[in-house]
Amino acid sequence: MIRQLISSIVLASIAVTAHAAFNVDQLMSGLAQHKGGRAKFVEKRYLAVLDRPLVATGEMTYTPPDRLEKRTVTPKPETLLLDKDVVSVERDKRRMSINLASRPEALAFADSIRSMLGGNRAALEKNYTLQLNGNADNWVLTLSPTAQQIAALLQRITVSGSKDQIRTIDYLLADGDRSELSIEPLESR
Amino acid sequence: MTRSAWRTLLLWLLAMLAGAAVVWNSRFSTDISFFLPARPTAEQQVLVDQLKEGAVSRLLMLAIEGGDAAQRAELSRDLRSRLAALPEFASVQNGDAGSQDAERDILLAHRYLLSPAVTPERFTVDGLNAAISNSIDLLASPAGMMLKPFLTRDPTGELVELLSNLNAGAQPDSRDGVWASHDGRRALLLVQSRALGSDIDGQEKAIALIREQFSAASRSAGLEDLTLRLSGPGLFAVKSRATIRDEVARLSLISLIAITAVLVFVYRSPRLVVLGLLPVASGALAGIVAVSLAYGTVYGITVGFGSALIGEAVDYAIYYFVQSGRLGLKDWRQRYWPTIRLGVLTSVAGFGALLFSGFPGLAQLGLYSLTGVLTAALVTRFVLPPLAGPAIQVPVPARAGTVLRAGLHHVRALRWPVIGLALAAFAYLGAHRNELWLPNLSVLSTVSAEDAALDARLRADLGTPDARYLVVVTAPDREAALLAAEQAGHQLDRLVADGVIGGYDSPARFLPSAAAQAARRASLPPADALRPRLQAALADSPLSAGKLAPFLADIEAARRQPLLGRHDLDGSGLALAVDSLLLPGPGGWSVLIPLRPAGGEAGTDIPVSAVRAALAGSGALFIDTKGQFDALYGDYLDQAVWLSSAGFVAIVALLLLTLRSPRRLAGVLLPLVLAVALVIAGLHLAGEHLHLLHLVGMLLIVAVGSNYALFFDRIAGGATLDAATLMSMAVAATTTVIGFGTLALSSVPVLHAVGVTVGPGAFLALLLSAAFASREAPA
Repeated sequence: MIRQLISSIVLASIAVTAHAAFNVDQLMSGLAQHKGGRAKFVEKRYLAVLDRPLVATGEMTYTPPDRLEKRTVTPKPETLLLDKDVVSVERDKRRMSINLASRPEALAFADSIRSMLGGNRAALEKNYTLQLNGNADNWVLTLSPTAQQIAALLQRITVSGSKDQIRTIDYLLADGDRSELSIEPLESR
Repeated sequence: MTRSAWRTLLLWLLAMLAGAAVVWNSRFSTDISFFLPARPTAEQQVLVDQLKEGAVSRLLMLAIEGGDAAQRAELSRDLRSRLAALPEFASVQNGDAGSQDAERDILLAHRYLLSPAVTPERFTVDGLNAAISNSIDLLASPAGMMLKPFLTRDPTGELVELLSNLNAGAQPDSRDGVWASHDGRRALLLVQSRALGSDIDGQEKAIALIREQFSAASRSAGLEDLTLRLSGPGLFAVKSRATIRDEVARLSLISLIAITAVLVFVYRSPRLVVLGLLPVASGALAGIVAVSLAYGTVYGITVGFGSALIGEAVDYAIYYFVQSGRLGLKDWRQRYWPTIRLGVLTSVAGFGALLFSGFPGLAQLGLYSLTGVLTAALVTRFVLPPLAGPAIQVPVPARAGTVLRAGLHHVRALRWPVIGLALAAFAYLGAHRNELWLPNLSVLSTVSAEDAALDARLRADLGTPDARYLVVVTAPDREAALLAAEQAGHQLDRLVADGVIGGYDSPARFLPSAAAQAARRASLPPADALRPRLQAALADSPLSAGKLAPFLADIEAARRQPLLGRHDLDGSGLALAVDSLLLPGPGGWSVLIPLRPAGGEAGTDIPVSAVRAALAGSGALFIDTKGQFDALYGDYLDQAVWLSSAGFVAIVALLLLTLRSPRRLAGVLLPLVLAVALVIAGLHLAGEHLHLLHLVGMLLIVAVGSNYALFFDRIAGGATLDAATLMSMAVAATTTVIGFGTLALSSVPVLHAVGVTVGPGAFLALLLSAAFASREAPA
């Protein structure tokens, strides 16, 4: 965390000296500095069929380069593990594994958050066009799907944050439903 | 020729013609029933049915190799649609997402008849509240993504319940939307033929069609550098048949040519060579006729044994031609026939012991050889003399006599070295007695190691269940069978909950009994009753009851829906799942319920006793197939030990009865026992994997080798061995060694084992009998 702090200070000072020249490369290299860690999350889902949003909370752990664990605590315990191409979901003592290589569009969807956390620009650009707004302290990155298969599922992903810390990830689905993920980093041990 | 000679000849000719007619109408088979028990237990019967006719026996695994993943996927899709259009195939799967939608649609349409969660309680206010709350929780998770489009139709989540059961087993990996191996280098398909596993012609046709369609597909896509590999029980059966057919012809031909060459060299008369082969031909024909009449089906491997029979059956004519030239027929019959007759009887005792084997292949080999040897001897004794006429003269060169006599003299010097060597062999066998015999039925299989490795790899990649643990229930009709399967399912559910087993598959999951379906349908409330309950259940829910009109409509439709039948599953993978687990038989229906291990520390083993205890009293049979196969082979092996011992005892009794002297008996037996010990120790030392057919070979060494030992015993009886007798023995032994030795060339383990044991054994029996023969009284 100290190293992250230092790197973000360094990055911030570069950003300050370079004025508004904050670009996707800088954002990504900042994100890539992360050596993994834990974060609390709150996920709100706005579904047309429901009168109120669904709220889920829990913890996320990212281990570079390709392991992401999302442990939901409320409303119902559930563990989602994305490890390389395999997603496993554990719920009600039942465990289910899906190899995402069989469904490239689902992989692109699940992969977006992992690629963001890892600052993996190449992986993101395989499936999305990236557009960055704002400055290093308050940036918003918009991902628009390029492949037809993904566009059938997803209109866009909006990621916002400050320096090398992601704060929110917004998914706008093709059917108009929306999911909003807020992330609060925890001190890693 | 005399009148009676003509009569004999005519009778023989008629018998041969009748025999030929029987053989013409015989059913020949190369299938695995050669190895399957003749009198199976209930558990073994399940295995036998599975191997011959089970759905697993109709599965072929296909792998497309070469090119890149996209090209392989393209060919996989094209091949699937081509094969699915052919009537020869019941099911063709490649994991294509489109084909899985068909299953989902069937499950969705019949979810209220299929889901075990459908009970009257589920449609009370509390039940609805619990089920719908659960579905909404699921929506907040990625697992809910597939549920969302169906939420207003299926708020209680029956489809999710059914789909999670469907995917409970391991699914193959996928690349570019179709099944692929774990390493991603092969696209995979699973094909089920309509032809039964035991219908080898049907399997051969199916395999040819697959290859044909693949080349057509790869040609039309311009992807001709991609290759198709294929495996499965059907392919093994087809290959095994080709191997056996090829070898029967090849080995018999080799044996026949080599033996004929020996005869031409010795007889120096084409007429005698032809006459000498008459008893052989008669014996081989009679052997097949006997097997055909006794068993209905003649195994290819049995016919392959003919090559050894040629070598053995030709001996009698050799004795007759070489020995009777000087003596004349009458004297020969008087002086030599008793010895030959005793030799025939010991051979018959040896082969006869096999008749009692529960291993059908072994029993057939026994009957075939016994009949063949007996017929050849009888034809030599009664048909050959009138045919050959009085003036047979096989030249016995003076040099041959001198050489053989000198050889006999030299070989005597080997006595002590042989005894030393034999003691070493006994010590070696004693030291290795516990690991001498391979305890595995697969050693008898004709499947090559390379093919077996490919099969194992494809099986692992496809996650094809090896169905090691099976629960089997039987019932007089389909409905009763499904009810019994549901009953067993309840007992197994408890084992799953306790973590004893990981899970199980049941045909009742996708085709529940009519009773269960009717009960589920009856628990669906009418719309008037459901609507207010739904209002109450969703009072505080983010999902308002007003949005659930599609749910009310679906429930109303389901209340009037006809029950689900097997035909409703047609064209989907569900049909395959049900058909492979729900089998009609002559005595009723059986249901197979494969169990999955719990995994974790338990590994892939299932605690057999715990499952047995849980199923006790239900009439369900629990089978560990691997254990059954091991036990089956163990039974064969035990039985072979027992039968070989009995055969040996019979031979000893026969000799004792005839020779009437324990000393002479010992003289005959000693070289035979030493030969057996030397051969078995030698084979094991050379790294040959010894199995039950080698064991049988030990008995045959004694049965066949005693023929030579008996001639030497004549010296002990006071007779002399003249040059003609010695020469006839040398020639007879040569042909026998050629006959059995040819079998050793076979790649069919059953034939190879007998050949590699009896070939050297017969030779050693002759050599050691000579070495230990009493010194001849000076003539």
